[in-house]
Amino acid sequence: MATISADSRGLRLAVRYTVLGIIAIIFVFPLVFMLVSSLKPDAQLLADTASLRAFLPVGDISFDNYTAAFKRAPVGLFIMNSVIVTGITVVLSLLVCSMAAFAFVFVNWKGRELVLTIILATLIVPFETIAIPLLLISSKLPWIGLDGLKWGWLNSYHVQIVPFMADGLTIYLFVQYFKDLPGELIEAARVEGATWGQIYRRIVMPLAGPVLATAAILKFLAMYNQYLWPLMVVQEEGYRPVMVGLQYFFQLNRAWGEIMAYLSLITIPVLAFYLYLQKAFIASIASTGVKG
Amino acid sequence: MAAITLKGLKKSYGQAHVIKGVDIDIEDGEFVVFVGPSGCGKSTLLRMIAGLEDISDGTLTIGGKVMNDLPPKDRGVAMVFQSYAIFPHMTVRENVAFGLTISGASKEEKETKVAEAARILQMEHLMDRRPSQLSGGQRQRVAIGRAIVRKPQVFLFDEPLSNLDAALRMDMRMEIGKLHKALGATMVYVTHDQVEAMTLADKIVVLKDGLVQQIGSPMELYHHPANAFVAGFLGSPGMNFLEVDVKEVNGDRATVSNAALDPVTLTARHPGIKAGGKARLGLRPQYLSPDADAGAGVLHGKIALTERLGSETIVEAVTTDGKPLIVALARDAVFEIGTPISLRFDPETAHLFAL
Ligand SMILES: Nc1ncnc2c1ncn2[C@@H]1O[C@H](COP(=O)(O)OP(=O)(O)OP(=O)(O)O)[C@@H](O)[C@H]1O
Ligand SMILES: [Mg+2]
Repeated sequence: MATISADSRGLRLAVRYTVLGIIAIIFVFPLVFMLVSSLKPDAQLLADTASLRAFLPVGDISFDNYTAAFKRAPVGLFIMNSVIVTGITVVLSLLVCSMAAFAFVFVNWKGRELVLTIILATLIVPFETIAIPLLLISSKLPWIGLDGLKWGWLNSYHVQIVPFMADGLTIYLFVQYFKDLPGELIEAARVEGATWGQIYRRIVMPLAGPVLATAAILKFLAMYNQYLWPLMVVQEEGYRPVMVGLQYFFQLNRAWGEIMAYLSLITIPVLAFYLYLQKAFIASIASTGVKG
Repeated sequence: MAAITLKGLKKSYGQAHVIKGVDIDIEDGEFVVFVGPSGCGKSTLLRMIAGLEDISDGTLTIGGKVMNDLPPKDRGVAMVFQSYAIFPHMTVRENVAFGLTISGASKEEKETKVAEAARILQMEHLMDRRPSQLSGGQRQRVAIGRAIVRKPQVFLFDEPLSNLDAALRMDMRMEIGKLHKALGATMVYVTHDQVEAMTLADKIVVLKDGLVQQIGSPMELYHHPANAFVAGFLGSPGMNFLEVDVKEVNGDRATVSNAALDPVTLTARHPGIKAGGKARLGLRPQYLSPDADAGAGVLHGKIALTERLGSETIVEAVTTDGKPLIVALARDAVFEIGTPISLRFDPETAHLFAL
């Protein structure tokens, strides 16, 4: 065994922190640029991009861009729409996909391998190829809402939610995680008299923290960044999500400051959600990766 | 009442036939041990009783009821796994109470039953800990506690002690024995440790390659093994086997010898022994002795190695025709390596098997 001196250990630590620091800066700079720029008038914003001033809140600093952004578009409404659609989809998808994965991994039924293979095969189908058929289908489906039976799902929250409740990637994440759980835990619970429902609720879900966090974050980002689909199915402002709302700022003359203000505003829910789940997310990365 | 019967039980995974037709009758309250080498199907058989594996063919009844197609929860069994399988996200108390919680028992009922289990297993002080804060032996207690709390009629154990160190294994072995007496439930216990089998069992089932080799009490199997496999599997150190020439057969008496063995006449209890042919002679190390009055059978060889354990001496000898021979003497003795030795045995303790 080679012995590592305190010196070389210190050096290695220094190198490690330097590298991590550089990576952190690379990731943080665009965010800083966005925030700083959102506080500057367009002329100064463009002039500053030539120098490091682009990252510093200097010169003519104000919240004018934010006020203007709110005037130009119903920003609050868009954020609320996105949060509603994304939040409900994340919760439903965690529920539906974890249940599906549970059935694939723990319950023994005929054809489960085949069905799982088909579901995983959908991973390679790009959304763009099914967007049009999906649009045709959802424009004709019935829905019973508060105002009774209605045909066609366009212009609603559910048209943005239901098609994304279950997806191959999330199911795959759960399947992989469940396969790694010790099978004897499930068997012990079965012998103790637990039903499948009880095993799901009392054994598997309480142990699924890391994969729930991972799946939630991936789903959240995918849903929050939805653009094509809501563009196709939502014409009314009342249900429009944030990414589609970005269009408002790309008309006639481009208002870069307002765009930055808008982007800063719509980043807040993402950051809040990520910080909330960060601990679990890191735990899940650590548990799936190779541990030292 | 929870007698268990296995009738023509079979299990295959596709083309792999793992259990090839097993018949076993287990009486109510009996302690039955399945032993056999690794991969012989012990766990599979136990899991078929528990309902964790489908039964490919045959009939399983517990308490007179056919159980083939019932899920585990409807079979009235409890199981203790080799890996303990205690739930890591629950405290010891919650683990032990799990079965009761699931069946919707009242709070008072849970408390009294869990307290009783904790008392029996002497783990009252551990009840609020998490499994990660327990030692292996303590985890095993929790797993047993979870099994006994529902007072099931049948307990299934799959190598419950194999992850424990030798000293703890002996303690827990005795405790499981006591538990069986205290609860009076039917217990089926899988192990490949023949000491556990000999000490715990009312009845031992020896398995090999998915088939039952012999069923009987420990002493029956030890003294009257049905075949060379059973004879070699039980007893420690294992039985010595020597290839011998059959000189003469007279009814159930046979006279055998070889280069190292003087001709000796003994009872041939097993079929297939023919005069002029070869046979396999089984001699337990404990029944071989250098003493002149130890019996009429005489083997010649020399000392190769001795291990002095204090109360016991294990001698490894080599016969004059070069075969190893283990002798276990129940006393301390000194031998010089290389010295010639004559080992004697009572012919009635020898077993003659067909080759
Ligand atoms: N799912 C499976 N598919 C195919 N073969 C299997 C499967 N499970 C077990 N087997 C085979 O069945 C045989 C019996 O396995 P089992 O686990 O019952 O052995 P065992 O007697 O408990 O062994 P051990 O003492 O090592 O635990 C083994 O040969 C094993 O390879
Ligand atoms: Mg096994």
